[in-house]
This record gives sequence, structure tokens and C-alpha cells, in this order.
Amino acid sequence: MTLAPETTDLRIQLQLGDDWLTVCDLTQLTPGRGVAALLPDGRQAALFRDRNGELYAIDNRDPFGGAAVLSRGLTGTHQGRPFVASPLLKQRFDLETGQCLDDEAVRVATYEVRAR
Amino acid sequence: MTATLGATPTIVLVGHGMVGQRFLEALAERGLTATHRVVVLCEEPRPAYDRVQLTSYFSGRTPEELSMTDMEFIKDHGIELHVGDPAESVDREARTVTARSGLVVGYDVLVLATGSYPFVPPVPNKDAEGCFVYRTIEDLLAIEEYAKSRATTGAVVGGGLLGLEAAGALKGLGLAAHIVEFAPRLMPVQVDDGGGAALLRTIEDMGLTVHTGVGTQEIVTDASGAVTGMKLSDGSELATDLVVFSAGVRPRDQLARDCGLTVGERGGITVDEQCRTVSDPHVFAIGECALASDGRVYGLVAPGYEQAETAAATIAEDETEELTFTGADLSTKLKLLGVDVASFGDAHGATADCLDVVYSDSRSGLYKKLVIGRDGTLLGGILVGDADAYGTLRALTGSVPPVSPEQLVLPAGSGGGAQLGPSALPDEAVICSCHNVTKGTIRGAVTDHQCTTVPEVKKCTKAGTGCGSCVKVLGQLVNAELEASGVEVDKGLCGCFSQTREELYEIVLALRVTTHQQLLDRYGREGARGGDGCEICKPTVGSIIASLAPTIGASGYVLDGEQAALQDSNDHFLANLQKNGSYSVVPRIPGGEITPEGLIVIGEIARDFGLYTKITGGQRIDMFGARVEQLPLIWTRLVDAGFESGHAYGKSLRTVKSCVGQTWCRYGVQDSVRMAIDLELRYRGLRSPHKLKSAVSGCQRECAEAQSKDFGVIATANGWNLYVGGNGGATPRHADLLAQDLSDAELVRLIDRFLMFYIRTADRLERTSVWLERIPGGLDHVRDVVVHDSLGICEELESLMADHVAHYRDEWATTINDPEKLARFVSFVNAPDTPDPVVGFVPERDQIKPDLPLLSIGMRPADVLEGSAQR
Repeated sequence: MTLAPETTDLRIQLQLGDDWLTVCDLTQLTPGRGVAALLPDGRQAALFRDRNGELYAIDNRDPFGGAAVLSRGLTGTHQGRPFVASPLLKQRFDLETGQCLDDEAVRVATYEVRAR
Repeated sequence: MTATLGATPTIVLVGHGMVGQRFLEALAERGLTATHRVVVLCEEPRPAYDRVQLTSYFSGRTPEELSMTDMEFIKDHGIELHVGDPAESVDREARTVTARSGLVVGYDVLVLATGSYPFVPPVPNKDAEGCFVYRTIEDLLAIEEYAKSRATTGAVVGGGLLGLEAAGALKGLGLAAHIVEFAPRLMPVQVDDGGGAALLRTIEDMGLTVHTGVGTQEIVTDASGAVTGMKLSDGSELATDLVVFSAGVRPRDQLARDCGLTVGERGGITVDEQCRTVSDPHVFAIGECALASDGRVYGLVAPGYEQAETAAATIAEDETEELTFTGADLSTKLKLLGVDVASFGDAHGATADCLDVVYSDSRSGLYKKLVIGRDGTLLGGILVGDADAYGTLRALTGSVPPVSPEQLVLPAGSGGGAQLGPSALPDEAVICSCHNVTKGTIRGAVTDHQCTTVPEVKKCTKAGTGCGSCVKVLGQLVNAELEASGVEVDKGLCGCFSQTREELYEIVLALRVTTHQQLLDRYGREGARGGDGCEICKPTVGSIIASLAPTIGASGYVLDGEQAALQDSNDHFLANLQKNGSYSVVPRIPGGEITPEGLIVIGEIARDFGLYTKITGGQRIDMFGARVEQLPLIWTRLVDAGFESGHAYGKSLRTVKSCVGQTWCRYGVQDSVRMAIDLELRYRGLRSPHKLKSAVSGCQRECAEAQSKDFGVIATANGWNLYVGGNGGATPRHADLLAQDLSDAELVRLIDRFLMFYIRTADRLERTSVWLERIPGGLDHVRDVVVHDSLGICEELESLMADHVAHYRDEWATTINDPEKLARFVSFVNAPDTPDPVVGFVPERDQIKPDLPLLSIGMRPADVLEGSAQR
């Protein structure tokens, strides 16, 4: 992949324990869409950026189907809160808390994320 | 009622079952709990619970969930409830009741609600180990324990309501279950022979063994005294480890007999119309222990409730409320082992000169009988297998129905079936017979008490809170009333927009709005402006913008700029997501015509990437199992070989199928393949409210199945016939003929107009078949608009389509030539060369299939099941 460092030097970082893992350039995140990142321990994170520039990161696995696809879902705002809808069966997950909005018993992990 | 001077008068209730609890509520409603001391003696170790739903214990409802007693209610009303302490004797002279614990309570009013006990036929060894009755939660717990530890086979004596429930419960516990019924049919009280036969077939299909027309003569035991079988009256012997007696119930009147109250010949404490015992004005009896003034003992909960209300009203001595109980409707609706069974009114046709109307389909386990009087009055009926109409029919009983009786029993769709809704009922029709709530009361709850939901109406009127059989009718009534009173139903697209899709289309077109954000911030709902929209409006607006792109000056490439963020996941990757996160690829094969070279290219690509291949229903080839990072590589080769995107992922034109037509076929009258190719190339890439399918047949034999398509073309000797609004799938619809004998140019022009009018006015995800049914005026209106130009918009529709055709570009060719867009096709942004480890495959029939166990590795399988766990 070709990076484009001249447009920005801001990079997206994900908190893992005490460390911050650099994932990609901020410009690689289209507002309203997500990307997936592979973590050192084999887990996967889905990173999102909303139209106001806020960043979010949750687990990439769809807890209903098991496929690692939440990063490919559509994002939106529900009652002021950001969410992603799984592309498999459309369940929605709060991007800040990981809570499934359509099944209160289900929640996915969330990660701290920053741009610097 | 005389009260002891100087002391708080005392009401003693003996028995805390469903009717007893209802009596307490009736006392509280009339303020009697404030003016009286109320003492309850309850034999069972737990307060009142829902005995009607007892069997639901076996499907996971806990005893706590079955409880009908709100302890707050008991406490708030100062009721002294003694559980596990039954009344043992009554001294009517001293007016005291003595409980088993030795507790003696003086009473001013005594109410007996002792219920009934299961009748156990006097057969030898009826009390052997392994014999049970089916009446209380404790009975069920004992059956469950014995079944799990000591039994593989179980037999139920009695094929009535409870017997069938018990047999279902035994089967649910893993036993081979038998039902032994003395009468010649199941449920002899509720249904007739025809209904019994329908029921029998369904019950046997569930794996239960039914023995009718035989009695139990003896329970056979082993040396230790445990059940091993039963001898039947036909001389046979049935081996079984467990026996449940469910042969009816008897009024529990021993306490009354012992204190000298009058009881009926066949049991039951004799009461008058006020539910007061005929022997003692200080004593009442309600529920299954009472012999009502009409000489019957009622074993259903609804009459028991009515008796509870009557007794409470009598005790209250309120002159404005003089209730009497003179008999009750024995109508019942049950779901037995999943089978609907209902009977109402004069179900057995006891009325002189009455007539039957019967519909019977034993193949489907359906049986419906209506009993009609000479003058056409509906007197009663029996429904087995489908009792949806019960609520309406029961309420119509006693009147002449507005449609003929045969229309009421024939299934919908058979030509005669009439769906008689609750709107046909008069206001005085009783909808909820448990609580005696009329249609008028329910309407009043909506119009006068501002209830807007079924739960609110239930709370307000109590309707639907008894057996629940009327809840469906209740819902229909509440909705009809809401609509009639003009409560506005929000027709907006989603939580972000109050406009319909059609309205948003008009805004986008008229004001040349080219982004979702612009549209949301200016025309969205107040709270949604400035936000990110949602998964409904983003793709919908994306589709509208794509449909109108060349006209409004937006990019025609769906992955450009903001449009990339609006697309559904499939459109975003220009491929179809499958269950394990891999994708399928469908190149366009216009009209289904493909060269051998084309086939070879597809075959080579599938082989080189290890893809699963399948011929689609639309005459093309689907290749499954591509990883996201393989998509650009696959498409580079496809584009090189001249293939284009097939838009199988989009809400857009899919395929135009064709038969081989005049060129080869001996019957063909036009070149259907050429026309199919022309149409597919013309409309390829056209974004629409839902997918579009088409076909062209070369003659009236219709081998391309054009009449099941959104737009279908059939060749005639003089040209083409155009059909629209067809559909296959779950709700098939035969297409309607829009116009006949069209020339090539006329055909294309008419399809241009039709498609653009559909795209303009349809709702999101509304296929042409549904749209044609919904749009006011239907097919005639659409024909007026697109054939006769009644709205004067045909020129615009044609020009919109011309713009689309002129600006079409293949999305995949554009994408593989754009490095920035290609960068998105990776599994991981931080490890672009690493494939997703969750995507794996295993072999099946010489090809691959998804490795599903991989999907559950590292997942908590309980997540999905939480909250719905079965016992």
C-alpha cells in the first residue's frame, strides 16, 4: 500500500494495555466508513471516523455471525449516539460502548483510539 | 351484611387460586379491604399462580413467573395471607374457621374458593409409585423428577384438554407418550367427531400415541409396587413407567359438607345468583367448588372470575352495582401442543332445527364447523387447526353475520374466504369474555382515555389479561380506532428524515442536492441534522443521487467522495458479502449469451483463485469465496477479458434473461436474445429503489419466464408485449400487461418511462410488484402516466434515462484504474498483505464451502442465546 505522508502526519493509534499501536494514517479513514486492523494478539479491531472527525474503535467480529466484518458496516447516528450496522444481519452497535442496540444481552469490546 | 358491633368486620377467604386472587382484587377495587379485615387460608405452599398456563412450566416458565400474586398488593391492602395452612373446619354457629396450624379466625363473611380436585378412577393400584395427577406446580415437579430418573414411557389417562397438555409435557420430558381416552375421540367435551379426527391426526403426527374408545382397568406394578403398565378394557396391556390421571375434576366441597352446607347430587356447593350459599347467608362459594344457580359447575376461569366479581359486589352492598351470576359462556380457545382448538356457543348443535356449515381438510389438520339457526343466526362453532377467527366469531354469536357462513369457514385465498374483521362487530359485542369487556369499552379506551397501544388498553380495560385469546382482535380494534381518530402515523423514511423516499427524490432532483450531508442538514428532522444519518437513509439517498447523477451534476461513480460512505457494504466493495466475510463475484453476461472464450476465462479465474462456481437463476455465473484483497486481482483479469460488473450487489438492474428466440427456435417469432442484450446494456448500472429483473421471451411459450419479472417482454407476430410488476420469490405476482404489439423503439421508450417513474415514486426496497399494488390508481394510473402521459412528465422521464445511458461507466473498470480506491480492498489497513484468518474454506463436492467452525473460534456462543435459554 502506498501511504501519502505529504497530506498529513496524523496517525491513528489504538490503546493496547499501556501501549499505543499505530494503525494507519488518518487520511485512510473515509468519514462515515470503517477499516479493520489486525492486533498483535490476533484479534481484530474496526476503526471508524464520523463526519465531525471523531474516532471510534470496536471489535471487528460480528458477535451474531462470527465473521470479522463490522468495519464494513454502515455508520450512523441514533439519538445522538454513533453506531455501526453489521453488514451481515444489520444489528446495530454503539461505537462508544460496544452495546448492541437491537439485543441488550450482546456487547462487543471497545478500544481507546486517538490521532497524533 | 351484618357486622360484629365494635370490631372491624372480617372476611375470610378459603383458597387462594386464580379465582380467589381475583376475588381479593374485586374486594380492593370496591374499597372493602380498607373497611374489613381480610384473612386468606391457602393450602398450597405458594400464593395464587396461573393454573391455566401450568404446562408452560415445562417450556421454561418458572413457578415465580407463573405467579399471579403481587405481594405488594397483598401488603398494601393489609390482607393476611397464610400459605400452606388450609382450612380444616368451619363452625357456622360460632362463625369461625380453624386452620391446620390451629389458627382460629372469626368471620362475618366466609368465601369458599376451594377449587376442585383431579378425579382418579377407582382402578386397582391407582396409588402405586409412578402414578400422578396434573393439577398443581408440586404435581409437575414430582412428574418431572420421576420422569427424569425412572421412566422412558408415560401414559396419560384422559384425552381432554389437560390430558393432552400432560401428554405433551411427558413427550417434552423425553418419554414415549400415550394417551388413553375412554370416549371415541379426543377432547370429547369441546369438539365433535370431525374436530376430533383433525386433532387426532395432528397429535399423532407429533409422535404421540393415542388410544381412544378404551378404558383403564388396572394399573400393573412390579414387586416393589412401582408402575410397569396398565390393563385396558379391550384386553390389551400397555407397558408404561409412569401414569398421569387427567380424567376430569370434581368440586372440592368436603369442607362445606362437613359443616352442613347444601351440596349438589354430583358435588358442588349450592349457591344462588349472588354466589351466596343457599344454606347460610354468611357463606359464599365461587369458582370450581360452586354449583351455580343454573345447576352447573363451571371449570373455566372466566366464569370463576365473574363469580368472584359477583360475590364481591354482593358483599359491598352497593345498590348501584347489583351483579348476578346466572350462567356463563363455555367458549374456549386453546393452543394445545401447538394446535389451535376453539369452541364457542352451541358448539354441538343442541338447538332445535339448527344447521351445520363444515369445512374439513384432514390433510392440513383443519376443521371448522359453524352452527347456524334457521334464521341465519350464528349459534356456535368448533375450530381446529386454525382459530384465528375465534375472537370475531364468538362476538358475532347470537347475531346474523354480515357475510354468508361458508365464507366464514373457507380458508383465505380459496375464492370464498372472507376476512371478517372486528370492524364488523357491534359495540356491544364482548371481545374479552374473561373480563367481559365489550368492543365499545375498548374503543372508548382509545377515544376517551387516550390509550394508543395495546398494553395501555389492556391496563385500562383489563381486556386481554385473562386467557389472552382476544389479544389479536384487540390489536386490530386499537389500530382501527387509532386510524379513525386521525392519529398520525409517521410515514417518514427513517429517524433522520420525515419525508418519504419519493419526497426526497423530488427534493434532490429539483434542488440539485448532491450529498447526503447537505440533504440531512437542510431537510432532515431537527435532531438528526449535523449527524451521520443512519443505515436506512444513507444508502437510500446514495441510490437517489446515483440514479440522478448526470442530471444533477453528481459523480456517476458510486465510490467517489461522500458517495463511498453512503453505499451499502456490498456496493462499497462492488461484490456480495457472504456469511463468513468472503465475497462472491458475478460478471455481467447480457441476455445470458456468452462465448466459449468467455466461459473459459471465467473458468480459469475461478480455478486460479479456488472459487466455488454456480450457475445463477439469471443466466450467469457466480463465483464464491473471494477474499476482499482478491477482488481487484479477479476483476483485473475479468475486465481484461471484456467483462463488466454484473451489479449483483446493487439495488439496480440484475439481468435480462432470454430464451434463444427466432434465430434457432422453431417457434420463435422475434429475436429475443438481441432484445435482451439491448435492454440489459441500456439499463445496466441503473440504481433503483430495489433490484430490477427482466426477461425477454421469443414467443408466447414464454420460456424466459418474463411474466415473473419487474419488466418482461414477450414476442408477438407484430412486435413485443410489455408486462410489468411481476415477481417470483416469497410473494409471487404475475406481471400485468402494460402495452401490446410495440415496435423496438416503442418498447424501449415505454420501458424508459416506466422505470424512471418507478424510481421516482417507489418507497425504499419496494419492488415494482408491491409498488404497483400500493400506488394510488394502480396499473391504470401507471398506464395513464407512462403511455398516455397524463402528468406531462414523459419527456422528463425519457431525458433522465437518456442521461443515465449516456453516462454509464463500468464501476469495476473505473475502480481497478484508481490506486486510491484499490487501497480499500484489504482485510487489514495495517497489514494489507495479511488475509483475514476467520475466512477459511473446506472441501465439498469437489469445490469449496465456508469453514463455519472458524467463525465461532474466539466467540462466546452464549451471546446470542442469552435470555432465550430453554430448560
